[in-house]
Amino acid sequence: MSATAVRTRARDSASSWPLLDRVGLACCWAAGLALAAVAAAIVLYMGWKGISQLKPSLLVTHPTGDVDQSKAGGFLDPLEGTLLLTGLGILLAVPIGVATALWLVEYGRPAPLARAVESGVEIIAGAPSVVLALFGLTVFSSSGLSFMSFRASGADEAFGRSFAIAGIVMSLIALPSVVAAAREALMQIPNHVREASLALGKTKAATIRRVLLPSIRPGIATGTTLGMGRIVGDTAIVVLLLGNTLLTEPQTDVPVLGLLRGTGSTLTSYVYNNSPAGEGNAPDKAYAAAFVLMVLVIGLNALAARIARGRDGGPAWIR
Amino acid sequence: MRNAALAAKLRPRAAGRRLTRPERAELWLGALAVGLLALIAGMLVFVFRQAWPSFAHNGLSWFLPGGNANTQLADVYHSPADPAHYVYTLRAWPILYGTLLSTGLAVLFALPFSLLCALFMVEFAPPGIARLMTPTVRFLAAVPSVVYGLIGILVLAPWINDHLVSASFKLDVKPIVPIGGGGLLLATLILTVMIVPIMIAINADALRSVPRSWLEGSAALGVNRWRTWWKIGVRTARPAIAAGVVLATARALGEAIMLAMVSGSFIFAPNPLDGLNMLLEPIQPLAATIVVGAEGLSVKPYGQTLYAFAAVLLVSSMFLSIAGWAARQPMRRHGVR
Repeated sequence: MSATAVRTRARDSASSWPLLDRVGLACCWAAGLALAAVAAAIVLYMGWKGISQLKPSLLVTHPTGDVDQSKAGGFLDPLEGTLLLTGLGILLAVPIGVATALWLVEYGRPAPLARAVESGVEIIAGAPSVVLALFGLTVFSSSGLSFMSFRASGADEAFGRSFAIAGIVMSLIALPSVVAAAREALMQIPNHVREASLALGKTKAATIRRVLLPSIRPGIATGTTLGMGRIVGDTAIVVLLLGNTLLTEPQTDVPVLGLLRGTGSTLTSYVYNNSPAGEGNAPDKAYAAAFVLMVLVIGLNALAARIARGRDGGPAWIR
Repeated sequence: MRNAALAAKLRPRAAGRRLTRPERAELWLGALAVGLLALIAGMLVFVFRQAWPSFAHNGLSWFLPGGNANTQLADVYHSPADPAHYVYTLRAWPILYGTLLSTGLAVLFALPFSLLCALFMVEFAPPGIARLMTPTVRFLAAVPSVVYGLIGILVLAPWINDHLVSASFKLDVKPIVPIGGGGLLLATLILTVMIVPIMIAINADALRSVPRSWLEGSAALGVNRWRTWWKIGVRTARPAIAAGVVLATARALGEAIMLAMVSGSFIFAPNPLDGLNMLLEPIQPLAATIVVGAEGLSVKPYGQTLYAFAAVLLVSSMFLSIAGWAARQPMRRHGVR
């Protein structure tokens, strides 16, 4: 990129540099290679452990709470939980995030308010997920909103825990990446595109819907996949807000609503509970689940990178 | 539709007039965006309302050392069921100190490391390796924290326990604090690996957006590549580097699961007088304390104490976010995005 232009000579040999500069260069190489080594170590170790522990049957059997590891079942329920929670969170995060980005870029007045919203998004991005989880817990265990939460039979107090609640809080951690990506995409659209649409007599709302939204679709897709990656990888919210039961337990028999009000687990909480830190202590299962988790997260991130790269050759605005 | 829009423009805005569609659209979008601000306000209100009893009972001494925080927390957990006799006494200094220590050390290690990595990526790596670096950074950023924790607790903690902890030290401090593999060293180490990618991403972005003419100017004066980048590139990128430090600090502060797994999970303030052994002593940072205590949330005073930890985290992460946002502004103003 810009860097290559500065290379005055292709073979600007470092041997003529002062010692301090050569030390700096050596540190640079060492740091870069160390980083690559750490990444390679994680990939190789997790890959080796994962492939040696993962059996296809684990993916389709329900977990059981058995001390004997060979009888403890697979992780079908956590896998379902992850998918359900990710879908829920992203369904909420995308419309709100895109609307926020649209307002920030296309309207954004009064300006101080826009700046406040902008830093508000940063605050949400920076807020630890444990804190978000605790916030969700206190909001949703209040009496007005308790209809969303799981109740143990007989207990009259709402726990503030269910798939719906965890999904809502999860949408908060995906929101910043959606807003950022949509905003970036909107700012890249040259102004004459908007002007052309307005000159044809379209209203601003119609311009947004018919011209801007279609052209930022790749941006939204990038933000969405990144946000999904964050949701899939988050543990704290699941541990605090999903009840952390091994099996997915719908609250009632009503097909969808009962499930949303029910409790369950996800791959992350499954790994946490099966590590020595949790009560399960089944490292082999934890490795296998962690491998699946990593494949999911990294796949999502690679997809996001792929979509973002495609955008460069994307909509060719005439400049 | 078009006439309505035109009419709306010509007519002065009258109260009670029906809004046109574009106006409604703006209003809706604006309301959603401003709703986010309401959400943050609500977050502060709700968390602090829950946290208040813990702060009110202890006053400022909540933040100070005194007594054993482990037994204090246990007392809070086992306080009598009668609300009049709830126990709230807590001196949270060891927890705060552990948080500061792990976060501070991790950022301290990560800053030079990430800066060098970013320089390597942007300028000094041969094209083949440079192409590999971006996916590497993205990969390290994407690994879920629970996986880092798993590797830490199953692989690194036993190794540290076997090779770095001397048996005599372990025996000496046994009555006071249990020494396993997990502790300050491991927590800091993994935390560093976790925050380095964020810092590299921000630093590399900033270094790439340093105006090319500035670097070329320096190179044209015969300054070698290293000095050019160190004196011009890195200096121009300073605001972004500061922003990266701030954001990474926020991330390290909020990390809960990984720290709950590898930090030893024993509330203790590592004693600098122990020399290097201090690094092996366990800590329990704020966020990890919340996760470890999650089972006890339904015990009212204990839950409220956990909310007090969350309140401290929330306020500090808010300040950090705003500081990071502000730190990026100077570069934007000069057109260096």
